[in-house]
Amino acid sequence: MSEVKLRAAIKDGKCEVKALMTHPMETGRRKDKDGNLVPAHYIQTVELLHNGNLKMEADWGGAISTNPFFSATLKDVASGDTIEVRWVDNKGEKGAGSVKVK
Amino acid sequence: MKLHQQRRTFLKGTLAGGAVLAAAGLGLIPARLALAAWPEAAFHATSLDEALTKVFGSNALEASDKVVLKAPSIAENGAVVPITINGEQFDNVESISIFSEKNPTPFVARFNFKPGCLPDVSTRIKMGESGDVIAVVQAGGKLYSARTNVKVTVGGCGG
Repeated sequence: MSEVKLRAAIKDGKCEVKALMTHPMETGRRKDKDGNLVPAHYIQTVELLHNGNLKMEADWGGAISTNPFFSATLKDVASGDTIEVRWVDNKGEKGAGSVKVK
Repeated sequence: MKLHQQRRTFLKGTLAGGAVLAAAGLGLIPARLALAAWPEAAFHATSLDEALTKVFGSNALEASDKVVLKAPSIAENGAVVPITINGEQFDNVESISIFSEKNPTPFVARFNFKPGCLPDVSTRIKMGESGDVIAVVQAGGKLYSARTNVKVTVGGCGG
């Protein structure tokens, strides 16, 4: 289980969530220095949860940059609430992270 | 013969479904992630029109300046192109999607929103060469889009 780095801050009544994942995001098209194709390995599904409730779900392909970043904005978030991000890649590997809103 | 086949298909489906539910019940996999259907055909589509049709069932985009797309006009590194899309000028936005027209497979990502999440997302994408980035906001059964050209000086696909 790979850790997702998360930040969640309330600003102007909204909660901005920033997530950073550690992942190679190999498209399956890149060749290594010996000319062999590097097998596809990328995050496919990402979920954003607020106090355990699904708020956003994303489908990704290999064209998201290596060590993916995304930000999203949530309404009705209070200090002390829990924000969580989970992902699953094309090999079934998983990552997750959670943070309490300050 | 036909009946047999149907019965087998039914049994197979039941068993497979049962296994997924059992695994989810045991906490081995989060239920939603296990059951989410990743749109494989859309990600393998090799043209923008084909990708749009595979994602939305239609390639009828309506250009709208209410789709706010931010992308650099020149990207020094095609492997990391920051993109921000805001669809807050629309009501009931279902999803925001990103396409890169010149990529070998143009469909990049789709963000699906539930109530409580504003249609405002940022991420970083790879672009193999200079070309248009297309943002699509899906709201009220329609597809609203904005596009902008990004000039890539170093390619994003191992180049």
